[in-house]
Amino acid sequence: MPKGLNRAALTAVGLVAFAGAASADELVMYCSVQQSWCEATAAAFTADTGVDVAMQRKDTGAALAQIRAEASNPQADVWWGGSGDAHIQAASEDLTEAYESPNIDQLQDWAIEQYETADHKTVGIYSGVLGWGYNTEFFDRMGLKPPLAWSDLENPDYEGEIQVANPNTSGTAYTALATLVQLYGEDEAFEFLKRIDDNISEYTQSGTAGIRAAALGETGIGIAFLHDVIQQAAAGFPVKAVAPSDGTGYEIGSMSIIANAPDPELAKQFYDWALTAKAQSRALEAGAYQIQANKAVAPPPEAPKLEDTKLIDYDFAKYGSAETRSHLLKRWDDEIGSQR
Amino acid sequence: MLRPSFLWLVTILVASLLPWYADGPGGFVSGGLLGLALSGLAAVWPVALAAIAVLAFVVLDTRASALATLLVSLAAAGWILASGGLSGLPYDAELPLSLANQPAIGWGATLAFFAFLGLMGDALARRGVMDGDPFGTHLLVFASAVLAVFVLFPLAQVFQEVLRPDAAGSVAGGLADHLLGKDVWGLSCLTGGRRCGMVWNSIGLGVAVGLATTLLGLAAALFITRIRTPFSTPARLITLLPLVTPPFVVGLALILLFGRSGSVTLFLWDAFEIRPSRWIYGPQGVWLAQTLGLTPLAFMVIHATLVSVSPSIEEAASTLRASRWRTFRTVTLPLIRPGLANAFLLTFIESLADLGNPLILGGGFKVLASGIYFKIVGAQADLGEAAGLGVILLVISLGVFLLQTLWLRNASFVTITGKGDGGQPARLALPLKAAVVGVTLLWGAFILTVYGTIILGSFATLWGRDYTLTLANYVDAFNVIAGDHGLVWAGGAWNSFGTTLMLSTLAAPLTAALGLLMAYLIARRRFRGRRTFEFAAMMSFAMPGTVIGLAYVLAFNTPPIEITGTAFILVIAFISRNMPIGVRVGLAQFSQLDPSLDEASTTLGAGPGMTLRRVLFPLLKPAVATAIIYAFVASVTTLSQVIFLVSPRYDWATTYIIGLVENTNYGRAIAYSVVLIVLLILVVAFLQLILSRVEFRRVDDKTSRETA
Repeated sequence: MPKGLNRAALTAVGLVAFAGAASADELVMYCSVQQSWCEATAAAFTADTGVDVAMQRKDTGAALAQIRAEASNPQADVWWGGSGDAHIQAASEDLTEAYESPNIDQLQDWAIEQYETADHKTVGIYSGVLGWGYNTEFFDRMGLKPPLAWSDLENPDYEGEIQVANPNTSGTAYTALATLVQLYGEDEAFEFLKRIDDNISEYTQSGTAGIRAAALGETGIGIAFLHDVIQQAAAGFPVKAVAPSDGTGYEIGSMSIIANAPDPELAKQFYDWALTAKAQSRALEAGAYQIQANKAVAPPPEAPKLEDTKLIDYDFAKYGSAETRSHLLKRWDDEIGSQR
Repeated sequence: MLRPSFLWLVTILVASLLPWYADGPGGFVSGGLLGLALSGLAAVWPVALAAIAVLAFVVLDTRASALATLLVSLAAAGWILASGGLSGLPYDAELPLSLANQPAIGWGATLAFFAFLGLMGDALARRGVMDGDPFGTHLLVFASAVLAVFVLFPLAQVFQEVLRPDAAGSVAGGLADHLLGKDVWGLSCLTGGRRCGMVWNSIGLGVAVGLATTLLGLAAALFITRIRTPFSTPARLITLLPLVTPPFVVGLALILLFGRSGSVTLFLWDAFEIRPSRWIYGPQGVWLAQTLGLTPLAFMVIHATLVSVSPSIEEAASTLRASRWRTFRTVTLPLIRPGLANAFLLTFIESLADLGNPLILGGGFKVLASGIYFKIVGAQADLGEAAGLGVILLVISLGVFLLQTLWLRNASFVTITGKGDGGQPARLALPLKAAVVGVTLLWGAFILTVYGTIILGSFATLWGRDYTLTLANYVDAFNVIAGDHGLVWAGGAWNSFGTTLMLSTLAAPLTAALGLLMAYLIARRRFRGRRTFEFAAMMSFAMPGTVIGLAYVLAFNTPPIEITGTAFILVIAFISRNMPIGVRVGLAQFSQLDPSLDEASTTLGAGPGMTLRRVLFPLLKPAVATAIIYAFVASVTTLSQVIFLVSPRYDWATTYIIGLVENTNYGRAIAYSVVLIVLLILVVAFLQLILSRVEFRRVDDKTSRETA
């Protein structure tokens, strides 16, 4: 056999050996909260249990799309974080698996309600209120009045100053869309979105991009969950959080085990661990100001008090259903997204 | 001499004991071809029968039996792939193994597949193809198989997706849905509307970038080769910097400079009360970033052509009293026309394929590459429309590519022959010289500003607000902490960094080898179907990364070849996307090597393998170096190709960084980019050192002429 072929054969053997060595025992996780918290959680789990974690951050909608695409050949074990309605949709499509953790009774009622709604296929791990943050330096210098209610966002002074995410990829933006629909009714909500369209510079992919841009001054206003705004403010940025005075929605960030996961045992180990007070109390250290689901973990002092905020009665079952979600997203695409 | 066929038959025997399926029944031996065949699995019988038949044919060793070997091996190789999964259905572990329900192929089937290909190669040689040279025929068969399985098959899946009928069951309706969206072809921007369709955006951007980079690249190449200045080496290094940078990092630097909170913007606001705007987010920003990022590519191509123009021809022109300008216009320029055309072609196609800059700078400006991405990532994931955009993108790339090839075909550009020649390259006319110097210096200054920003940005606490120097961004990305069970690689960058480094190192030499060997086949061997082979090899060159990514997701997520989420799919995607650069560089080099060199070698009794190794390979060294370096750099810096193929286990540096950018975490993104750039500079310098030591170039001084 010619020499060149021998060399090619050797290379092929090398490839095989490499691929063999690369597969080891590790938890594979999709993570849909902010990068820093994702990483801190993965590292904390490894530090506590010795199990390596291969983690990839994906925006909530993108994670759902990925898990759906991989359904015949799942690549990940667990999906941690991200707005609950996407988790409920995954549950309704049987993309995730029911699991009864011994640690369930340590959780707040709203977390268990999420768990019951989805037939034990997902569980609430944190919650957060929807709102926005604005860049105080920019507003002062331009002499602008801060928006305090949803209707204020129509102000023509804000032209090109608002960033919000694309609800197809972002759980934050879907929560905003569903909130407006529940506040105004569907048709009026879309009219409102069309009216503020001129004020919106960009529909970002990630739900936290807008508020980070507002913090840096790249945009004036970022629509986001308040815990993300508070995180930026705590880091020293000139942003101020606003809970809309005409009422707003909230999310129940959730966790699910992926159906037919490559390593279901590790997934369950992580699930149990992630519900403990020890794991959840680490959130604040990682700069995550979400309200944790474990009853033993006190809410961060900076977090908005739920009782001070005018919350709508968010219908998670309806707005997490595949039917409603697909309908709203399709309409958003047709009337807003594709007009860009 | 023992024919290679026997070795391939032994290989099949070994393969028949290895696990046949990736996720199937049994282990070694029992799960092998033999074990499964004996346990009554009909699906594998044809393979076993084919092996026995081929053994008989090989022993007979006649021309007719060689034909039989060829056909039976082809059928067997096809059966191995087709028996299971061409239906596109996933394997159902609950159902019994059958013809219609098979898992993905495993090591046994893969090895046997290769062995049957080898048998075909040997049979072709036996039939007298390429004068009976088994080296050439093996090469041809393996290369064709790579093209068929990893380029044509995935591409076919994209077309199949486009042809999928719509909800009403109509193929025409499906086609219209997938190809004719108004966000694709809309022309409303001409009539005062907000946006034009993605097709027009992509083409306009590509042409603008192609023209700008070709001009800048030509200026830089002339500056370095034709003007005597002490800045030649620094200029060359600066020109090459963007080459070792992921393209979107340049875009990121532009945001730090010209974004709303960019340093230039804030300076203008404070000093002149110019209200910050978002002008950088749009076509202008994308164009600027792509031009900066892609000029080195144009420069490399033009420079390579320029140095290989034999000075004796230019000298002849000036001896005939042509002015410097006339010499340049009528001799040099026509000779480097292929270089200019290639530079334009390469940068146009790279611009079409670039995903990073449209993602971070595009704002509402969508091009085809980013359109495909948005059709796939969202909750409304629509593979059909993504595939439609992919097909359009492919057709444009391919069209440009064909146009260029036809235009270049008419001329012969052989200027280096075996015969000795020498002389000095011609000087440039004064106005041209002034223009070249001016453009190059201006551009160099801009590049330095961009890179200064990148380096400074990686050490700044918070760009635009707090310029205190810090290492926090690096620590943040590459942190290591102590846990209860040993060290934890807590920095988020480690996983993607390790994968990127390891897989690129693996892919680069394979890519270069395959590309150059294909170039060798095309340029130097005569066989039927050579044109088709060349077209197929070059076609993947015109396939944008996003399309390859999409095609791979469609093709390799189900049996028979189920490799999504593995390291393989990344390595293979790099090889099939970057291999054509090896072909291209190789062909360019071969077209300048007079075939009389090969003939001399053959006359002296060397076989084709030895001629390749001893005569052509040393002359090809620059091409080898270019191909390996390009392949390595391209795979480290690509985004479009990997974005659909990465998994939590095998994340990629660029996808990780773009995630950070998307979350406006600029500090860490840029720190990670600096680490990548430094790493690439070191690797490229190292490769240059070991590969180019025997560089083939014009020699001016006497001693080196003697050693050469």
